[in-house]
Amino acid sequence: MTATDLTSTDLTGASCPLPLTETERVMLGHGSGGQLSAELLRDVLLPALGAGTGTGTTHGVPEDAALLDIDGTPVVMSTDSFVVSPVFFPGGDIGSLAVHGTVNDLAMMGATPLALAVAYVIEEGFALADLRRVTASLGAAAAAVGVPVVTGDTKVVGRGAADGIFVTTTGIGRRLPGARVSAGFARSGDVVVLSGPIGAHGSAILSAREGLGFESDIASDSRPLHRLVTAMVASGGRGIHAMRDPTRGGVASALNEIAAASRVGIEIAENAVPVPPMVAAACDLFGLDPLHVANEGCLVAVIAPDVADAVLTAMRSLPEGRHATRLGEVVATHPGRVVMRTLLGGTRIVDMLIGEQLPRIC
Amino acid sequence: MRYLDEYRDPTLARGLLAAIHTVTSKPWTLMEVCGGQTHTIVRQGIDELLPAGIRMIHGPGCPVCVTPLELIDKALAIAGRPEVILTSYGDMLRVPGTSTDLLAMRARGSDVRVVYSPLDAVRIAVEHPDREVVFFAVGFETTAPANAMAVLRAHALGLPNFSVLVSHVLVPPAMTTLLDAPDCQVQAFLAAGHVCAVMGWTQYEPLSERYRVPIVVTGFEPLDILEGILMAVRQLEEGRAEVENQYVRAVHRAGNIAAQDAIRRVFTVRDRMWRGIGTIPMSGFAFTDEFTDYDAETRFAVAGLTTREHPACIAGNILTGTRLPTDCAAYGTVCTPRTPLGAPMVSTEGTCAAFHNAGRTQTGRTQTGRTQTGRTQTGRTQTGALSTTVASSS
Repeated sequence: MTATDLTSTDLTGASCPLPLTETERVMLGHGSGGQLSAELLRDVLLPALGAGTGTGTTHGVPEDAALLDIDGTPVVMSTDSFVVSPVFFPGGDIGSLAVHGTVNDLAMMGATPLALAVAYVIEEGFALADLRRVTASLGAAAAAVGVPVVTGDTKVVGRGAADGIFVTTTGIGRRLPGARVSAGFARSGDVVVLSGPIGAHGSAILSAREGLGFESDIASDSRPLHRLVTAMVASGGRGIHAMRDPTRGGVASALNEIAAASRVGIEIAENAVPVPPMVAAACDLFGLDPLHVANEGCLVAVIAPDVADAVLTAMRSLPEGRHATRLGEVVATHPGRVVMRTLLGGTRIVDMLIGEQLPRIC
Repeated sequence: MRYLDEYRDPTLARGLLAAIHTVTSKPWTLMEVCGGQTHTIVRQGIDELLPAGIRMIHGPGCPVCVTPLELIDKALAIAGRPEVILTSYGDMLRVPGTSTDLLAMRARGSDVRVVYSPLDAVRIAVEHPDREVVFFAVGFETTAPANAMAVLRAHALGLPNFSVLVSHVLVPPAMTTLLDAPDCQVQAFLAAGHVCAVMGWTQYEPLSERYRVPIVVTGFEPLDILEGILMAVRQLEEGRAEVENQYVRAVHRAGNIAAQDAIRRVFTVRDRMWRGIGTIPMSGFAFTDEFTDYDAETRFAVAGLTTREHPACIAGNILTGTRLPTDCAAYGTVCTPRTPLGAPMVSTEGTCAAFHNAGRTQTGRTQTGRTQTGRTQTGRTQTGALSTTVASSS
């Protein structure tokens, strides 16, 4: 809420400023990608950083990357820190994940990556063999995408001041010709599309996490999505209205963010949500909603209805989009809300994750 | 997925719904006892699909919600001790005590850990012999065997640094209390399948007979719930009042004898305080004499606690069914799943959270704009229960 809003007299729905103790310190849930994260951005970070200067947010909802105008050239920029535990997990590791995460954030603004910067914070005692393995994986992932790592930084902190290794990647990208994408551009009548099955990354981390006693052969879906986005923009152009990669907070958060930023409603069908059986089993065991589980290799897109079929065909021509599917549609009713038609034909609200689900997922 | 997808099949669900519509000739009021069943009903929107006359009332079967405030404050006090590692299930960590909750304690430096099994807590105690590991055990009869096994395991290992803060409550005494209330409107129960998997259903037979009320032991998947409703409505329509078992794949009449033996060795039945309801005679577990050494309440003599419910919170009325969440001034404004004032807004099985997550508002409309025509405010006087929705969505 901005200072201007506070001067208005309409306090409908305003919350009583209770001295809730949990707001006095950072909680793990503030990093969950759900409601607490959104509040931290809105109340603490964005006000201090000059939010509303034109880049990075739409109706208070942050974009995955900022669109800059550098002497008339549209440039997209994004940064992301990776703290995943364990460092090595089925389907990837912190090195490849750090490349894919930032490449995908650029892609969600319709950009292909030009260059990456990498920073390490390493805990004293971290095995050099593991550092070599992480760095080799990071280098290989960047090479596979075709993006050079052009600068970086390395810091070492005392034992206990970090946990193994934390990686930050920053990327700049070139906006694809014809791309005009923003979380705020969804319109009533648009088609909501999902590029593939959900929940694999979060479930893989869950099964790799020591102490949970849950073993499975689920591998993370961590992979770059810039090729997929390039194909989508080539076939759909300006009809690609909004894109998100549903990482922390899952598909539910991604859809809620689009609904909030665009001030539209979204309706999806439960029977259209592709949940792999092993992911469904893991979610049932741990009481998780697959729509809240993190992904690192799929995207949700909101697409104009006249190009939706063409875009879906283009997506399905690539391995990372082979299972692309229609999830639902954008509606004018219930703006800011995501509603799901259940398997049985009832309805329910799909809300953002509250608090923490599983910390250090990425 | 085998053994799961079969119980979520939309075609079979439509068949059961059609059968319920066919069988129903007059209005009936049913209560699902367990919060897990409430969760399925709300998540799948089952209450919207039932005949207009069938009203589902949410029972008091959310263990997180009925755990007394005093016990939560005890957990907070124990967690505040530097030698303690306090372990519990995730939901319990967000329940507000008088002044704070366990997650906030953790942010301030207390060692509070989420576990998925009490045996994980035993493992932590083995790994940290220099620390006191306390498991905060909440639940109905369902989780009692696992908690008993954890204590027996710690006993076998001779673990001196493991103890349990027990908040176990029992279903049949709560049902008796509900049925004894003069304004009770419940005409049939869906009993909690998991509870019966452990305890069997012999305890329900005298209840059904004495109060002339159908009781259907019911599972938790959508088809289980629908079949349970169908069986209960059939009994009501035919004027029968029996205990029937819908959950045949998991429950038989005598229950799980080995599990009951473990419970009996470690726990004894005694009076228990229920948050919002009060003390119900012989409605919970405490340690038997043989195992009192594992009782965290005595190990950490926590004294001088002054408990105070948040003044705006009407959790007591919610749990006793005298008010609806939508009657509460704090509901959806000050009190949300993000900033819960009371337990029913915390657990996904809690009635306030179930209402809130389904987008139900004070006006009786969902925020999706659908009108819930059959929704009445008359349901607010039921004891121990809540009316949610009876409408079929036009």
